[in-house]
Amino acid sequence: MSPDGPARAGARAVDLEDAVVVRGGFPLLAGVTLDVEVGTLTVLRGPNGAGKTSLLRLLGGLEALSGGRGVVAGVDLARGDRRQLRRRVGWVGHEGSFYDDLSAAENLRFAARALGRPDDAVAGALARVGLAPRARTITRRLSAGQRQRLALAWLLVRRAELWLLDEPYAALDDEGRALVDHLLAEATAAGVTVVVSAHEPLARPGPHREVTLAGGRVVP
Amino acid sequence: MIRVARLVAGKDLRLEARSGVLVTQVLPFGVMALVLAGLALGPRRAGHSGAAPGLFYLVVLLVTLLAVARSQAVERTAGTRASVATLGLDPAGVFLGKTAALGLELIGLGVVLEMLAVVTLHVALAGALVALPSVVATLIALAAAGTLYGALAGEGSGTVTLLPVLALPAFAPLLIAGERAFSAALSHQSAPRWWLITLVALAAYLAVGVLTYGVLEDT
Repeated sequence: MSPDGPARAGARAVDLEDAVVVRGGFPLLAGVTLDVEVGTLTVLRGPNGAGKTSLLRLLGGLEALSGGRGVVAGVDLARGDRRQLRRRVGWVGHEGSFYDDLSAAENLRFAARALGRPDDAVAGALARVGLAPRARTITRRLSAGQRQRLALAWLLVRRAELWLLDEPYAALDDEGRALVDHLLAEATAAGVTVVVSAHEPLARPGPHREVTLAGGRVVP
Repeated sequence: MIRVARLVAGKDLRLEARSGVLVTQVLPFGVMALVLAGLALGPRRAGHSGAAPGLFYLVVLLVTLLAVARSQAVERTAGTRASVATLGLDPAGVFLGKTAALGLELIGLGVVLEMLAVVTLHVALAGALVALPSVVATLIALAAAGTLYGALAGEGSGTVTLLPVLALPAFAPLLIAGERAFSAALSHQSAPRWWLITLVALAAYLAVGVLTYGVLEDT
């Protein structure tokens, strides 16, 4: 669970100032100012189209910074290597995150080998999210909730220092939602910084900060 | 880079074996196209007019475009793309891995189609066997160019039609050189000039892919 990089209490994992993201001429983020301390949980709120996913993608190095200033996990978004930033984040999207024709275990093994992790990390991660009996099931045959659990297992294999989760509660039952909250609490306790976008309230709210977005900006 | 290439190639081949799209969809399409090509000219005329290598490579072109689109499509779903991007894989390794997997798939398809051409286009079996090395070299070069231009075509609703437009100019010298080498093999002649074009183009596409694939993936 502990990230590979050193966790520094009080240090900033995210430091954005008037961050602007434009794609295809359309502003996805219109000047976001936000700082997030290392080892904390931040929940992004806001209506559809507010910019939650775009902000997560910017933090993950998946969108380029078009204007403003930003440093994430020590990487300067304007001048740094976005590929280097991507290796430091664990991403869970709401669209599904896997190769549909690989089994649950094969997907995780691909991630583990890409990151130089041992293969036995896979079995542990699957057991942790309750998917051990489905290890050999082809991913397209998993239910939506099981796919979401697989995404969480992907995070556990990653051991990233910054977790970015886009609607992680979608399709999960009560037990699954509690599992998400438990994993998030455990991660932050281990020094991982977590940023989550969610419409639903947290099932078991621990210490966290809520940030509301609207129109591509943080609402005070 | 080699470690990533092996990982990506293994994943792509496993995906293809699992889905069966190449065997159940792309290959039957190629077989039908080859049969129709033979019927269009009349099989005896095709075999005797020297059109067989051209018809064979026309079918190879269509099959290659489908295989390239398939190779890129498995990476294009939004969630998969984001998750895999955060693995920070070396783009040069990804390019080489996808090229290797696509090349193996095309070789499998190409060999079957070439043997079928013996039946449908009345190509001499001995000539087809002599031409086999040049066909394999051409297919590997098409895989390299296809992987490069598949990434260039990007994602979105226009990709399916954009890919042929972008890739055809890159495929053209390979298809011409392959057709000439095939024709030379059928008439028991050597074709060093056409081999050279194929190998130079292969080296060029590999070099450009290794150097630029990361940029293409990001844009």
